[in-house]
Amino acid sequence: MLAVVAIAIGVTAVVAQSDPIATRKQIMKNVGAAAKTGGGMAKGEAPYDQAKALEIFATFADAGAKMPGLFPEDSKTGGDTAALPAIWQNMADFKGKFDKFAADAKAAQASVKDLDSFKSAFGGITKNCGACHETYRAKKS
Amino acid sequence: MRRVLIALVVLVAALGLGVFWIVTLPATVPASALGAYTPNPANGREMFYLGGCISCHATPGQDDKTKLGGGLGLKSPFGTFYVPNISPDPDDGIGRWSEVDFVTAMTKGTSPDGRHYFPAFPYPSYQRMRIEDVRDLFVHLKTLPPVKGKARDHDMAFPFNIRRVVGVWKLLFFDGKPFMLDASKSAAWNRGAYLVNGPGHCAECHSPRNLMGGIVAAQRFAGGPNPEGEGWIPNITQKALNDYSEKDIAYLLETGSTPEGDSVGGSMAAVVRNTAQLTPEDRAAMATYIKSLPPVEGPKPPPKK
Repeated sequence: MLAVVAIAIGVTAVVAQSDPIATRKQIMKNVGAAAKTGGGMAKGEAPYDQAKALEIFATFADAGAKMPGLFPEDSKTGGDTAALPAIWQNMADFKGKFDKFAADAKAAQASVKDLDSFKSAFGGITKNCGACHETYRAKKS
Repeated sequence: MRRVLIALVVLVAALGLGVFWIVTLPATVPASALGAYTPNPANGREMFYLGGCISCHATPGQDDKTKLGGGLGLKSPFGTFYVPNISPDPDDGIGRWSEVDFVTAMTKGTSPDGRHYFPAFPYPSYQRMRIEDVRDLFVHLKTLPPVKGKARDHDMAFPFNIRRVVGVWKLLFFDGKPFMLDASKSAAWNRGAYLVNGPGHCAECHSPRNLMGGIVAAQRFAGGPNPEGEGWIPNITQKALNDYSEKDIAYLLETGSTPEGDSVGGSMAAVVRNTAQLTPEDRAAMATYIKSLPPVEGPKPPPKK
């Protein structure tokens, strides 16, 4: 798992320099994949797995740390981005939301011990997703 | 001859105006339609979160979402609507409304002073509500804090700034029918169909609209362009949600999370804050109904760029 994360970070670092839109889309895809795994466990469709839970929160914390740096002025359009202009009009609020997302995920890494604590932490953290998507994302299809 | 012609034109115009006047008369509910009733406050709260009153009527930029002072601007192709104050304030809100005023507004789209409401207020859906549910909702609204101040007037383009024109719209898109049970379906399905089509008014956003702003009936629930601005409102028929189980749909309504691991955004984020407040049974019923929607092809989103 560490190797996978290391490779993912390496790839991210290389792409980030050239294409912030592609990079942030890839990070959000990783977050989505982690949330899908988490949702499966929260819904009881998959058995609870502590290692997977920690991996999910690590993915969230990593995304929350990296995303704020991936919205330079020249990345407002192109690459089929779903990012809304409101991001650049409220950059401090936007970055603050990722900071909170990362902080919540870090706290969960320390506190989550079992399915019940996972459900509670996971439910709280994913509220951050909706709060940000509400104002700063518009899907085009 | 010319005089006769002019007289004829005037007569036809007058007749036309008369017909227009009569067919566009705002409908009301008579006070006699409301019998004795003991309200159910818990049901009123459920209807409040189903109806999503907060999403439009809460005054923007405040933390207490139960302060329904209005003022939010809703953009549309016909102009900008400014959502009214529906707090219990006697002067600026609905504090002086009678119960029948409220039932008339919700099910006929007519204001207490006898004018048509614009269908940005989703009464074409609310007309399906059971009268008892509307009465319970009124009781719940009365428990919320009163807020001073009226919203500014709507900013509509001609001819949509003439309220009687809404009467013509109602002739075309507003049938005045209550919700009809389907005896061949389960109780949960019927409950879900009622909640989705009545108080929940899901089709108001999740359907494409024609040039007159009416829902395209054949593509109900098949999604379309966001009337309020950027983005696309998703198709929620089985054309698009084939991979969603009933449980997935209920979970989305509770948490905003999709089975793909995405989290809903835009106006749906506010919808989920409301549906999260519902009883699990009502969310499950809505899911049962939505899962049963036959696949319908919606409008095509613009190409990616």
